[in-house]
Amino acid sequence: MAAALQTAALLSASHNLIDPQRFRVGLLARSLPGRRGSIFVVRADGRTSGFFNAKSRSGNLITNAVATKADASTSSTASKPGHELLLFEALREGLEEEMDRDPHVCVMGEDVGHYGGSYKVTKGLAPKYGDLRVLDTPIAENSFTGMGIGAAMTGLRPVVEGMNMGFLLLAFNQISNNCGMLHYTSGGQFKIPIVIRGPGGVGRQLGAEHSQRLESYFQSIPGLQLVACSTPYNAKGLMKAAIRSENPVVLFEHVLLYNLKERIPDEEYVLCLEEAEMVRPGGHVTILTYSRMRYHVMQAVKTLVNKGYDPEVIDIRSLKPFDLYTIGNSVKKTHRVLIVEECMRTGGIGSSLRAAIIDNFWDYLDAPILCLSSQDVPTPYAGTLEEWTVVQPAQIVAAVEQLCE
Amino acid sequence: MAAAARRLSAASLPLRHHHLLLRPFASSASGQPPITVETSVPFTAHKIEPPSRLVDTTPSELLTFFRDMSMMRRMEIAADSLYKSKLIRGFCHLYDGQEAVAIGLEAAITKKDAIITAYRDHCIFLARGGSLVESYAELMGRRSGCSKGKGGSMHFYKKDSGFFGGHGIVGAQVPLGCGLAFAQKYTKEGTVSFALYGDGAANQGQLFEALNISALWDLPVILVCENNHYGMGTAEWRAAKSPSYYKRGDYVPGLKVDGMDVLAVKQACKFAKEYALQNGPIILEMDTYRYHGHSMSDPGSTYRTRDEITGVRQERDPIERIRKLILSNELATASELKDIEKEVRKEVDDAIAQAKESPMPDPSELFTNVYVKGFGAEVFGTDRKEVKAVLP
Repeated sequence: MAAALQTAALLSASHNLIDPQRFRVGLLARSLPGRRGSIFVVRADGRTSGFFNAKSRSGNLITNAVATKADASTSSTASKPGHELLLFEALREGLEEEMDRDPHVCVMGEDVGHYGGSYKVTKGLAPKYGDLRVLDTPIAENSFTGMGIGAAMTGLRPVVEGMNMGFLLLAFNQISNNCGMLHYTSGGQFKIPIVIRGPGGVGRQLGAEHSQRLESYFQSIPGLQLVACSTPYNAKGLMKAAIRSENPVVLFEHVLLYNLKERIPDEEYVLCLEEAEMVRPGGHVTILTYSRMRYHVMQAVKTLVNKGYDPEVIDIRSLKPFDLYTIGNSVKKTHRVLIVEECMRTGGIGSSLRAAIIDNFWDYLDAPILCLSSQDVPTPYAGTLEEWTVVQPAQIVAAVEQLCE
Repeated sequence: MAAAARRLSAASLPLRHHHLLLRPFASSASGQPPITVETSVPFTAHKIEPPSRLVDTTPSELLTFFRDMSMMRRMEIAADSLYKSKLIRGFCHLYDGQEAVAIGLEAAITKKDAIITAYRDHCIFLARGGSLVESYAELMGRRSGCSKGKGGSMHFYKKDSGFFGGHGIVGAQVPLGCGLAFAQKYTKEGTVSFALYGDGAANQGQLFEALNISALWDLPVILVCENNHYGMGTAEWRAAKSPSYYKRGDYVPGLKVDGMDVLAVKQACKFAKEYALQNGPIILEMDTYRYHGHSMSDPGSTYRTRDEITGVRQERDPIERIRKLILSNELATASELKDIEKEVRKEVDDAIAQAKESPMPDPSELFTNVYVKGFGAEVFGTDRKEVKAVLP
């Protein structure tokens, strides 16, 4: 009841823009209308720092849902600005730039050094920075995550890699109790500027234990920030932002997205951790998604556009906290929400997002929020069964049609 | 082949399905003269008296070892080509080179003893009585696979012969193995559990926790470290301060065994079983080697030289060792052994063909076996939204 009254009071006060101070996280990047592509970096303590004005990207949407084969060279042609690369290379570029910039940044994980990383994200870094900055750890996730957190307490900025997100379950205690809570329980004395990253999500028949979606398990941990990257552009930007952030950030990558190719700017840019990305503006329905499901949504959008619909697609990117500013503006415009996620139906990001939208934007909704998620089953190995576990474009099309009737 | 058949018939080997492995017979009741073989190297022991280097065996046992190891080798190589033709997908960890551990272990124990291992489990499944068709069907995700196509390469299980899997998360199977031993002690079965893990997993904390508890409660568990010297891309000396994994138990005794010598493995496991039943946990370190990379997506040559791989293959290959033993003791001729290999190859090919014809799982299988329900119940998802499957 209080929430509804609060919302009502706010709505009468503001007109077009919802006051960002309303939300718990006191900062949000304000995307000025008509200026897609320019980005701000807003620090966690509220100061805006610098103004990195990247060249505005044309809306080149990558519509193929899964990894494309890596083509020949990634060098840029003289005619187009920027340079082309694959997502894992973008992550590496971001990591390398940050390691060059700040000697406190180090990487630790299994087979990240000499082997080059099991998904090649850290390839070439060990020869360049040495064994102490790019650490090959034994297979002891609980310990080395804890060690990373301990190092962060004194000022180092470790980037801990879980070879697969599922292995970080072994480190859950460290991530939850120490990483998330230490800043609070010490009364603000210790900061944990750590980045925990790794690939997760359902891949190509990797089996149940290697197809987990940890964002749903981590989302309740107070003190953590969760972000999910989905394109080379936002992968690099989010990696850099995560490393520069004073808060512990968990960066979710996806096993199937590592070979996506895109042209990214040559200039340095850092994205805002808490901001959502407008993938396709529209008017009929707001589709909220993140990570791999973004591509399934865009595939469905092709069909929907042919059928005459105009969906607005937002890649929420920030899984904790949600960018309710961007989402709210969208809901105000379209009045219909579809959430497409890869988490399981029970307790996933989608269910929290749904609750948040209902709490804040109830009066703007014309239809119940639909949430498409994976089934509540361990991911089976057989290819056909695995396909049915995850949301497919056809289901997205059907859901939008159902919403818009 | 006829001469070998005459020799084997004297041992009255059971004629079971040819695609199942034959249990080796080791007693002299079969009327065969026992052969005594010396293991390649003596056992190195930690806080215990090592067993003798001299191992008793019989001709039929040696021939069975040869056949079974060739079967495993052939199976893994065929899985390699199936993976490359995209019939097997995801993760596939191959065991070739390490066959002696699986076979030697099986020769020392019964099906009532439990074995649990990590993801390099195809051959252990076979050794425990699994069939080739079930294995390939599971690898290809088909309905007739041992986990109905829902588990995949890393999740092979066989409950009725005490094979508890098949686990993807490194090291997680060791506490499970100690739990199996706890149940065995609880029910006073007189059986033991073997928890297999690799040199990479030896650095997991949960292993030491489980070991401490097992030693405290005298559980009949044997921890077997299959030390193939590489944890994916990291060599053992880069991951472990003390690569003497048999000593890592500290207060728990340990034995280091040449894991490429099947007779040494058999001797050590027999010894360990007797010890564990009386005294509690013991660690066995099997010094072995894998020819393939860590998995099919790892070439296996970026962190070790090809010379090393070919060197081990030439000097320590388990199948070649048994072949030399058989030939030097004149238990069979070279051409008879070649015939066995050809037979094995044909069996594997037949199994693959049969597995390829098995259909994919039915869509409703997506929701079965998530929970156990009583008969006649309708199964709902956790949100009670849809009926997923109705049990008969």
